Amino acid sequence: MAKIEDRATRSKVAAPGLNDDIGEEMRLRLFRSQVLLRQAEQRAFDLFLQNLVKGTSHLSLGQEAVAAGFACAMKPGDLSFCTYRGHAHTLARGVPVEKVLGELMQRDNGLMRGKGGSMHLTSAKHGVMGSYAIIGAHLPIACGAAWRAQYKGQKDVSVCFFGDGTTNIGAFHEALNFAVVWKLPVIFVCENNLYMEYTPIGDVTSVKHPAADRAAAYGLERILIDGNDADAVYRAAMVAYEKARAGDGPSLVECLTYRHSGHSRADPAKYRPEGELEKWKERDPVKIYRERLKQFGVAESAITAIETDVQRIVDAATEACKAAPMPPLDILTTDVYADGGFAWRN
Amino acid sequence: MAELTYRDAVARGIAQEMTRDPDVVFLGEDVGKAGGVFKATVGLYEQFGPLRVRDTPISEQAILGAAMGAAMTGLKPIAEIMFSDFFAVCFDYIANEFAKSRYMSNGQLKCPLVVRTGNGAGSRFGAQHSQSVENWCMMIPGLKVVAPSNPRDVIGLMAAAVRDPDPVIFFEHKSLYPTKGEVPDGEIVDRLGSASIARPGKDATMLALALMVPRALLAAERLKAEHGIDCEVVDVRSLVPLDTQTILGSVARTHRLFTVEENPRLCGWGAEIVSIVADEAFYDLDGPPVRITTPHIPLPAADILEDIALPTVDRIVERVRRSMQS
Repeated sequence: MAKIEDRATRSKVAAPGLNDDIGEEMRLRLFRSQVLLRQAEQRAFDLFLQNLVKGTSHLSLGQEAVAAGFACAMKPGDLSFCTYRGHAHTLARGVPVEKVLGELMQRDNGLMRGKGGSMHLTSAKHGVMGSYAIIGAHLPIACGAAWRAQYKGQKDVSVCFFGDGTTNIGAFHEALNFAVVWKLPVIFVCENNLYMEYTPIGDVTSVKHPAADRAAAYGLERILIDGNDADAVYRAAMVAYEKARAGDGPSLVECLTYRHSGHSRADPAKYRPEGELEKWKERDPVKIYRERLKQFGVAESAITAIETDVQRIVDAATEACKAAPMPPLDILTTDVYADGGFAWRN
Repeated sequence: MAELTYRDAVARGIAQEMTRDPDVVFLGEDVGKAGGVFKATVGLYEQFGPLRVRDTPISEQAILGAAMGAAMTGLKPIAEIMFSDFFAVCFDYIANEFAKSRYMSNGQLKCPLVVRTGNGAGSRFGAQHSQSVENWCMMIPGLKVVAPSNPRDVIGLMAAAVRDPDPVIFFEHKSLYPTKGEVPDGEIVDRLGSASIARPGKDATMLALALMVPRALLAAERLKAEHGIDCEVVDVRSLVPLDTQTILGSVARTHRLFTVEENPRLCGWGAEIVSIVADEAFYDLDGPPVRITTPHIPLPAADILEDIALPTVDRIVERVRRSMQS
């Protein structure tokens, strides 16, 4: 496997330090967000093992920097469109851990009271406009939300997160062409974690970088970044948001990253070559960000305080979910239609 | 009151709603500058401009996806899929996205949009541009499905569909575009989920949809004149919501039921209605319900073959007569 330095364009910032373009306050936010995503996802995994999370689940362990970097660059009102691997993107928008874990545990306190499940996390009031489990489906949908903003002269931007596998489905290409032709305020973020589900993306893709190498086909800039470096993600996101808000159209950003777990809970990821996971864990986004904060002079006690606070939040959410009731059976037939019910005849 | 073609009624219906509500926008392939391949949207681009009437690439997934994203966030889009056969390339949006987002999100998301499409046979276009696919949509929880048979209903049901808070699939029949009908002046707003009795009768109920409505009406005239059988023709109009009460009421009066369906036989819309009648009005029936449908075939291109594939007036008359006189 090539080194990350060969594969990604690293951000080059003059005089890096706590008070550079990102600044201390934002750095602490980025760190806290990544720690939260890590701990919440790890907790979700532990809850599977206790058989308290049912169905399937797709974790973002190892990919936290992408979700944190983009979410921290957003403004209130910006919209997120996620895939079935959407826990991290949902949490990064400020959705309470309890609401997410509750949904995974199919409790009445979940975001959708158990009607959506892990793959469809939605919190409209936080700008999380759904998690979509059909590959590629949400790219055109994000275009539509962006079209509304353009049409109404509103300044929000829609961002759409997806995996490397999505770059080989038709909707990806339709959406990119559409967004460019209509000059829509939308950002397409490819999280290239090197594996589609079980098959390496490189085995089934015509180009080396599944998103970035396709950008030219749509007249877009080739943007390839280190998706394990929250600073690099944050900077790329800020540029893309600025472009979208200025009315200059969409961006396609490929973030190189790696998932520490399998594709889904059923997947032990035995297809990975020996040593690959360990190598990537050296570039664990949470670990490298923690080290960076220390290098920049943030006190160990301040870092630990964040970690401890997040731990407390995740623990409290877990206990609240364990104590929460299952959903009442009468919601089985609610909200099929806008009248609240499911009547299809008189 | 003015005489209008079904084709012009489409444009008038859309214009009525776009004039009323600036959030109504319209997108599709060739719908703007070209006025639509069926010329059903002529004048809208000129009247409402390029920001509200938008030509798209040939990207059916992008069209429906964009319509959904716009609908979720505050617009009321009307999207055109040129031929209903093309639903097969963007069916994810119809079956998985529009229909399920409200339920999956426990009511957080909405999807108030209309997909209008050219449905049905008669143009000799062959198997991939002629199907009647209303039953593809009827079976999906979360969708509403309408199919008008005349210009007045086109306008009224279009208005109802645009104003409806749920996703509505609006099937226009390609062979009805040149047909004419009387249309009142001023705003027309109909109601989804209401069938209409197109011809009252006392001996048998014939249910029909879209192009099959004028055929059922012609068949009813001949059955009366030639065989003394007085058929009530019910224009179903709306498959979801389904106006079961009007249908059951008609069967209770006539005691016989025939469906005239353009869709191929298996799982056609009439099958569902027959099952409802069997469940709820079995003892009203004096004979077995009969479904008159296109056979279980893809549609052929040749005119003499296509003509015998669909229920013809002759076939309807013969099937009803045989059943009523046995």
